[in-house]
Amino acid sequence: MARRAGAPEVNAGSMADIAFLLLIFFLVTTTIETDAGLDRMLPPIEPPDQDVVIKQKNIFQVNINKNGQLLADDELIELRNLREKAIAFLDNGGAPQGSPEYCNYCKGARDESSSDNPSKAIISLKNDRETKYSTYITVQNELVGAYNDLRNREAQRLFGKDFTAMEAEYLNPETPSSVKDELKDKVKRIQDLFPQKLSEAETSTN
Amino acid sequence: MSKFAKKKDGDVPAVSTASLPDIVFMLLFFFMTVTVMKDSSLKVENVLPNASEVKKLEKKDRVIYIYVGKPTREYEKVFGTEPKIQLNDKFANPSEVGDYILMERAKKAQELQNVLTTALKVDKNANMGLISDIKQELRKVNALKVNYTTYEGDAFRNLE
Repeated sequence: MARRAGAPEVNAGSMADIAFLLLIFFLVTTTIETDAGLDRMLPPIEPPDQDVVIKQKNIFQVNINKNGQLLADDELIELRNLREKAIAFLDNGGAPQGSPEYCNYCKGARDESSSDNPSKAIISLKNDRETKYSTYITVQNELVGAYNDLRNREAQRLFGKDFTAMEAEYLNPETPSSVKDELKDKVKRIQDLFPQKLSEAETSTN
Repeated sequence: MSKFAKKKDGDVPAVSTASLPDIVFMLLFFFMTVTVMKDSSLKVENVLPNASEVKKLEKKDRVIYIYVGKPTREYEKVFGTEPKIQLNDKFANPSEVGDYILMERAKKAQELQNVLTTALKVDKNANMGLISDIKQELRKVNALKVNYTTYEGDAFRNLE
């Protein structure tokens, strides 16, 4: 009587093929993508305790109507000129020398009827309910771009590096923490020179 | 002589492929784990605008998504052609956004609840009215950090 062998061995030669098939499926379906966009902070809903009085000249009013036309400081302008206008306003530094608000790094026109100091300058953005989202994003992009241009200029002067590059490195999770700590101070310093004051709430002026 | 004939000099022995499945499985598991399946299918048109001053949205676990746009063709008959908000898998009114954010926030880990970002994926043809409503709702639930998700590109292409 022949001894019955155990279960016959399964041929595993095709295992690799099956695994390859699955591998290719996952290779194809995988999308390693990160979204990108414009970061913004919304104003908190509670009104501030006391009314802050802001001088008219420190506010740069931008209105977008439903046709996508732009009114900046009561002047009808092209969208392409907005960045230039915003930079001129932010970088103006109109406060006279010797006053506490004097801005020693501004390179603007020092026009007394425009903003005193970048830390005082506020850009107020208003839009119609029928404004197209794409127009709004373009305006936002230009205003953020104006801040970035100015910050880059100062970062180049102080640290020989672009602010946007420094910030991207700071926010990158792969950056070692020793580099991060160093960058944090630099980023903070530049941000304080040109704080982003972009208001979308109703601002009352007097 | 037959004793020596077995040894054939110059013949390379075949490479063993027995470990090939293991290697392939290893790769397979890697891709299986990194693959993120889309958890909600888009029911709205979602062509994002372009912007050049973008920042990357790192760490997906800290992001809540809100989609806005015109319903796609198959939903057009029921929901019309006006831009709508999509939360998870269903259409919603602006008033539901607050509850949705609170619900999503509660699902996240405790330490992440204060650092969440709301990503607004809005079709470029939507109106600002709807966006303003959403923003108002977000302010009500104190979700102040928003990211207008865009493609990277020249912002002036939006105007065409």
